[in-house]
Order: sequence, then structure tokens, then C-alpha cells
Amino acid sequence: MPPDSPTAASPAPDIPTSTPPGLIALFVAFAKISLAGFGGVLVWARRAIVDQHRWMTADEFNETYALCHFLPGPNVVNLSVVFGSRFRGIPGGIAAFAGLLGPPMLIVTILAALYAHFGEIDALRRILAGVSCAAVGLLISAVFRMMMPLVKRRDLVGLVVMAAVFTAIGLLRLPLPAVLLVAIPLSIAITFAIRRRVTA
Amino acid sequence: MNSDANPIWTLVWTFGLMSLFAVGGANAAIPEMHRVAVDVQHWMTDKQFADVFAISQMSPGPNVLIVTLIGYSVAGVGGALAATLAMCVPTAVLAYYVSRLFTRSSHSRWPAIIQAALVPLSIGLMGASGLILALTSDRTWAGALVTAVSAVLVFATRLNPLWMLLAGGCLGFAGVI
Repeated sequence: MPPDSPTAASPAPDIPTSTPPGLIALFVAFAKISLAGFGGVLVWARRAIVDQHRWMTADEFNETYALCHFLPGPNVVNLSVVFGSRFRGIPGGIAAFAGLLGPPMLIVTILAALYAHFGEIDALRRILAGVSCAAVGLLISAVFRMMMPLVKRRDLVGLVVMAAVFTAIGLLRLPLPAVLLVAIPLSIAITFAIRRRVTA
Repeated sequence: MNSDANPIWTLVWTFGLMSLFAVGGANAAIPEMHRVAVDVQHWMTDKQFADVFAISQMSPGPNVLIVTLIGYSVAGVGGALAATLAMCVPTAVLAYYVSRLFTRSSHSRWPAIIQAALVPLSIGLMGASGLILALTSDRTWAGALVTAVSAVLVFATRLNPLWMLLAGGCLGFAGVI
């Protein structure tokens, strides 16, 4: 058997789906995801990472996203850092973060400057007023979409917690930290108690 | 509050703290952004807040970029950068460490419990965002109708949401809203 046998030459990669991306590939991929994502980046992130580049399987992506969803902060930003660092350590996380935020931030900053100069023009004010009415509708539809699983499961406790947070923040306008410092421990305790009763 | 302080530091402190409480993402923190930016710090009016939300929804990129716009209106380009990084970096660092923790010990059932407990919270927060934005944006009955129609259409059909924004902009330009 020759010394340069194929078993020693190419170790099997850890990720069965595809070769791990480099720093530039991470930056470019997340910049593309971000610039394609009007009104929601997640769909594009899934499409690029799972379908196009095959850097993760659908299940791996769902697990990673679930983790980022229950952590505080902008979910897709968290996802970019977790994803990038999984392949290339901290530099990979930074590359993905910079790709996701850098280019759209540049665009939004230019829009902000334009708004600061021309925001008082009557036609622009009217257009923005119309867009914001429609945009609020998009947000409300997302809320209903998220609510449907709770309604279908008849998750009464979940719906009560949801209504309580809505009342405290939306109607009473209480500060967010104060509400969450009460609501998070309470909700976790209730969920834990219910699951224990179900399994016991 | 402390209005003599450098506005950049006020932005960093405000959004850095807020990010840690943004359960369910940036849209869930909109009521808190509105409370701080309009009611507490008086950085902008209700109308400007609604405009900023509209611009952030029309632009590409993650929803969190609304803080870039708030930061810009407070302290220009430096403010935009400071607010965005303050809103994104602390939780990104947290996410990095937590994800490393969970890849090592993925057998715990706590992640599932915490997640199940937080989902209703974040829906409640998003609902509050919807209410507060509706109150700031829908100044006329026609405006409220546009909000309702766009909510129903996007919920019930597979129509691209961008059409709703375009239609809203056209109706606004025409002076209907």
C-alpha cells in the first residue's frame, strides 16, 4: 500500500451538505440575503443557506433559528452571527454580521439623510403616511399568523399570557423591562408546571 | 432625562439595554422604541415615528434598521451607527455564547420550555406594536381601512407584501389617506 493512500489524503468534512464557506463567501451571502429581504429577511436566509448553498440541512436551519428566536434581540442578526461562527469561528460571525447589516445600513442612512432634507415636502409626507398605514397592516397580519397555532391548539394559558403582555405594553404603556422581568419568570414557571403535570 | 449628556451615549445606553429585552425580535421592541423616542426623550414626533417605520419597512434588510433611522434623526451618521451597533452587538455576543453552550449539551429540555414560554410573550409584544403603530399612523378612517385591508390580504393570500406598501404609497400620494 503506497504511503499517500486516499484515506489519509482527504479527511471527511464535518458538514455532510457542502464545503464550509470562507469569510468572503459569508459576507457576500449575507449581504445578498439582506438586500433581497424586503419586509422580512428570514425567508431569503432559508433559501440561500438551505436550498442554494446547501450549507445546512432544513432541520439544522430550523434548530439554529429556534435558538435565535428565543434569545433577545434581532433574530436574523443573531442567526447570522451563530451561523458564521459555526463555520469560521468569531471572524466568520463578524463577516456574516457585517454582510447582513453593512449594505442595508448604508442604504437606510442615505434614506434617512434624504428624509431629513425633504421630509417636509407635502407629496412625500402623504406617500409616507400611506405606506405606513399599509406597513402596519403587514405587521398585524404577522401577529395573526403567529397567533394561529395557539388558537388551533386551544392553548388558553398562552393566549392569556399574550393578552396580558399586550395590555401591559400596548394599552397601559408600561416600560418593557419592568413588564418582562415579571412576565418571563411567570410564563416559564407556568409552562414548566404544566409540562410536569402532563408528563407525571 | 439627562439631556446634557452626549446624545451618542444616550443612544448606546438606550438601545443596548433595549436589545436585551427585545424578546421576539426588533418588531416586538417597537412599543418601547416609541415610548423612549417620542414620550421620554422627545427625539421625534408621532408623525416622524410613523414615517421612520414606513421607511424601514420599504428598505431592504432586517427590521432592526428602524433604530438606524432613529439614531440618524438624533445624532446624524454617528448616531445611526451607534444606535444600530448598540441594538445588535450585545445580543449577537449573547447568541454566540449560548449557541456554543447548546451545541455541547443539547439534551436538556430547558430550551424547549423557555421557547414555549416566550412565544406568547413575543406575540403579545408584536400585537402591542401593531396597536401603537396603528394609533400613530392611522390618522383618518381611510388610513385605518388601508391598514385593515392590507392586514387581511397579506394574512389570507400569498400576495407579495410589497404590493401593499406600493398601494398605500399611491393612495397617500393621491391624497386619499
